[in-house]
Amino acid sequence: MSNTTQVGETASLACTINGAAFAVEVDPRRTLSDVIREDAGLTGTHLGCEHGVCGACTILVDGEPARSCLMLGVQANGHDITTIEGLANGDELHPIQQAMHESHGFQCAFCSPGFLMSTVALLAENPSPTRAEIREELSGNICRCTGYESIIKGVETAVELLAGNEPEQTGQTGQTGQTGQESAQ
Amino acid sequence: MSDVQGSILGNAVLRREDPTLLTGEDQYYDDLAVEGLVHIHFVRSVVAHANLTSVDISEATGMPGVIGVYTADNLEVAPHHGMPLLPPPFAMPLPAKGKVRFVGDIVAVVVAETHGQAVDAAEQIFIDYDYLPAIIDPWKALEADAPILFDEVGSNMCFETGLAMEDGDPTEGAHHVSSLQMDSQRLAAVPIEPNGAVAIPDGDKLTVWIPSQNPIAVRGALAGALGMEAENLRVAAPYGVGGGFGPKAGAYPEHILTATLARTLNKPIKWTELRSENMVSLQHGRAMNMKAKMAFDADGKITGFDVDLVAESGAYPGIGAILTTFTQTMIQGVYAIPAIRYHARSVVTNTTTTGAYRGAGRPEATQLLERILDVAADEMNMDPAELRRINLLQPEDFPVTTHGGASYDSGEYEAALDAALEAADYQGMLEDQAARRESGDPKQLGIGVSTYVEVTAPAGLHVEFGAVKVNEDGTVTARVGTSAHGQSHITSFSMIVSDMLGVPMDDITILQSDTDEIPRGSGTMGSRSLQTAGSALHVASETVLAKAKELAAHMLEASSDDIVKGEGGLHVAGVPANVVSWSELVAASNDDSKRPEGMEPELAHELDFDGQNATFPFGAHVSLVEVDTETGNVDMVRHIAVDDCGRILNPMIVEGQQHGGIAQGVAQALYEGIMYDSDGNPVTANLMDYAIPAASELISYETSNTQTDSPRNPLGAKGIGESGTIGSTPAIHNAVIDAVSHLGVRHIDMPLTANKVWSAIQEAR
Ligand code: FES
Ligand code: FES
Repeated sequence: MSNTTQVGETASLACTINGAAFAVEVDPRRTLSDVIREDAGLTGTHLGCEHGVCGACTILVDGEPARSCLMLGVQANGHDITTIEGLANGDELHPIQQAMHESHGFQCAFCSPGFLMSTVALLAENPSPTRAEIREELSGNICRCTGYESIIKGVETAVELLAGNEPEQTGQTGQTGQTGQESAQ
Repeated sequence: MSDVQGSILGNAVLRREDPTLLTGEDQYYDDLAVEGLVHIHFVRSVVAHANLTSVDISEATGMPGVIGVYTADNLEVAPHHGMPLLPPPFAMPLPAKGKVRFVGDIVAVVVAETHGQAVDAAEQIFIDYDYLPAIIDPWKALEADAPILFDEVGSNMCFETGLAMEDGDPTEGAHHVSSLQMDSQRLAAVPIEPNGAVAIPDGDKLTVWIPSQNPIAVRGALAGALGMEAENLRVAAPYGVGGGFGPKAGAYPEHILTATLARTLNKPIKWTELRSENMVSLQHGRAMNMKAKMAFDADGKITGFDVDLVAESGAYPGIGAILTTFTQTMIQGVYAIPAIRYHARSVVTNTTTTGAYRGAGRPEATQLLERILDVAADEMNMDPAELRRINLLQPEDFPVTTHGGASYDSGEYEAALDAALEAADYQGMLEDQAARRESGDPKQLGIGVSTYVEVTAPAGLHVEFGAVKVNEDGTVTARVGTSAHGQSHITSFSMIVSDMLGVPMDDITILQSDTDEIPRGSGTMGSRSLQTAGSALHVASETVLAKAKELAAHMLEASSDDIVKGEGGLHVAGVPANVVSWSELVAASNDDSKRPEGMEPELAHELDFDGQNATFPFGAHVSLVEVDTETGNVDMVRHIAVDDCGRILNPMIVEGQQHGGIAQGVAQALYEGIMYDSDGNPVTANLMDYAIPAASELISYETSNTQTDSPRNPLGAKGIGESGTIGSTPAIHNAVIDAVSHLGVRHIDMPLTANKVWSAIQEAR
């Protein structure tokens, strides 16, 4: 890849996304978030502001959290990208996703890809953060629905799940008390 | 019914929405893959008030990828009226014609193959403005010599409402009168997913995907604007909608232009709203400036309340112009007030149009009541909680019809206040505060109390469509006219149907938000969904169950009174082995030989549930803050909320609504505010400048509930979506003032930033 490009020229981008090789010719001014969403077709990464404040677009670049709206696509060349689509294992939720489910972490969930990826990075660095540390580390992500309390609880639940403990549940699955019982009304 | 053995109602059932939302699998409108999609971009006025002398699109038209460039000269769309109750001249020309009235007004429209090409072309459009003086201050907008936005109207006032306006001043001659002018500042809703649309033409038909709270209403508006038959127009919100909070309830000018050009060009077009557009285009909320006097007798009993306020409607009035009627409805709050005079004028200014934002007209009423009560308590040297208590409406006062015409359904206001004070350990807080004051510590404690009542499913929104049908395979499909965008309705509504029919939640499909599936409905707003659509599904399921029991009784040769729900279907009580499955029941219902005489086929029922009137949730909040008197910085220490939303269906979801509501209430009290400079330039038009609190600014809230059933629906439910926002703001506001009142500070307008608090302390000293 040459170091400079002219208007109208494209540049080559080769990286891995969620473990799979990905290569594309891109307009050098395109953001990484656009490349991920449009070229790679991975729409789980969301754009809430496209100017680096809301954190919804957070992905991992070589394991470190990064705002994909503030990176150019070509900057991902040679790097390892992980998006929200890379977390679950088939139908099995990643423990952090499972923890967020059990804690009613999100409401509209538009912010969730960013929070989930930030949490992956946080817990990789600090597997048992304090509440204050969680608040601080997630302060680069905005959620407009939840007031954050449930997300913080989700991170704490994830800590327990990742440590193999049985966390205290916020809720129960819908089938409890339903099937197999007689109830006359 | 919640006492029935095995009922899941009242339990913290985890969300069915989560698995696909948390994996990125679900699609929001911007994620939809559409063949041949082209992109639309709006060129917006950068001037608040000006005559348009020329708009030169010649360069832009030939730019790469450009499909079309439009201005008022080559595109004719009916002017968009955001509030048809108001006179026609207030409508917004699309695109702007001759004049622009706010920064964000749409001057030109570009359609191109890629979004980038559309933006490039937009930069080559040259607009000449002939500047006019802008009007931003709403009180000044009422003055005789103010610049006028709509010459045809001749005044900036677009709406006026009031109570007892001809009567005299209800505070005159009272033992004590407190007065206050306060601002409920302009806010941006900022749903984390911005606005947008994908319009897909197909011959005479058009499909429009939008991130909406109410696709059915948007179809009505679009059909009118486009001159289409409604049946040719499908409007739907995808499964993922990233929050709404009020302003995503209606049709926007951008939706109309996107749909119009999709038809004109016969191409699918997407509008992806950028956040900086969203901050000037999506309707703002609050924006009321209020002057009030409250009168008391020697015991502290309120004898009269006098309110005069002005509401900013923005440049092209929408629903924000008439939210003063909600403020009017709730202006009495939870108090016994013998006389109220209320006067509200709504004015157009050179700013973004205002609309509903979480609470929509009700927070303003509560903020004013709760602030002026604290001012009065301070002046009369009374305990703020006690002053509230002696003025509360009591259970024996019910049914209550207020001065504002509200018919409160049920309320135990003192019980909620007591619960909050107890949870807070109010006495302990007072002692801590006294000790802190004694010590002269620069960090002072402040305690704030608020009690509130609000209205949910207001303004005729108490009627809603719901339908339940058992399918041939024994699964159930339910349909509702509401439209969730984060409120977990799939879970709540499945719980209601599952509880009634005994069908597992996973076998229940809830359809919403799509005019192809839902015949009518009023969407999700005003905290109305559970009490209306939930009740509709409750009644529909109950009707289906009664019919199924009759059918099962006929098949099993038993009495329908002996038929009970069991695993997979219905059976005779005590004979669970002999179950008639739901699929057998449906088959029988469609088989003339198996159906009892006179019974209609199908196991299905639909209705428009009518709650007859709104419901009135209430509660009390207590907030404890620490104010650094040397810097003005405010730290929240505790926030206690007791919110009564009637009978609770799913406490986990209710708690989530309380938390989110409180966070937005805190945001108004301490952080957020849309600001304009005197020329009408927005100075908070992105998320760098508009201060939304993050997790690091907020604390863990202490939420609980009292439960006072509403008699207006079979679920006993009231809305919870907006309570947190309504109750929290004045509690925090009062707490901050309380922390510095001993220094002589009487009132500070929100948001209570360090700068403002510090300045107020300096002034008082
Ligand atoms: S979209 Fe990247 S930070 Fe908001
Ligand atoms: S859940 Fe809606 S923004 Fe976070």
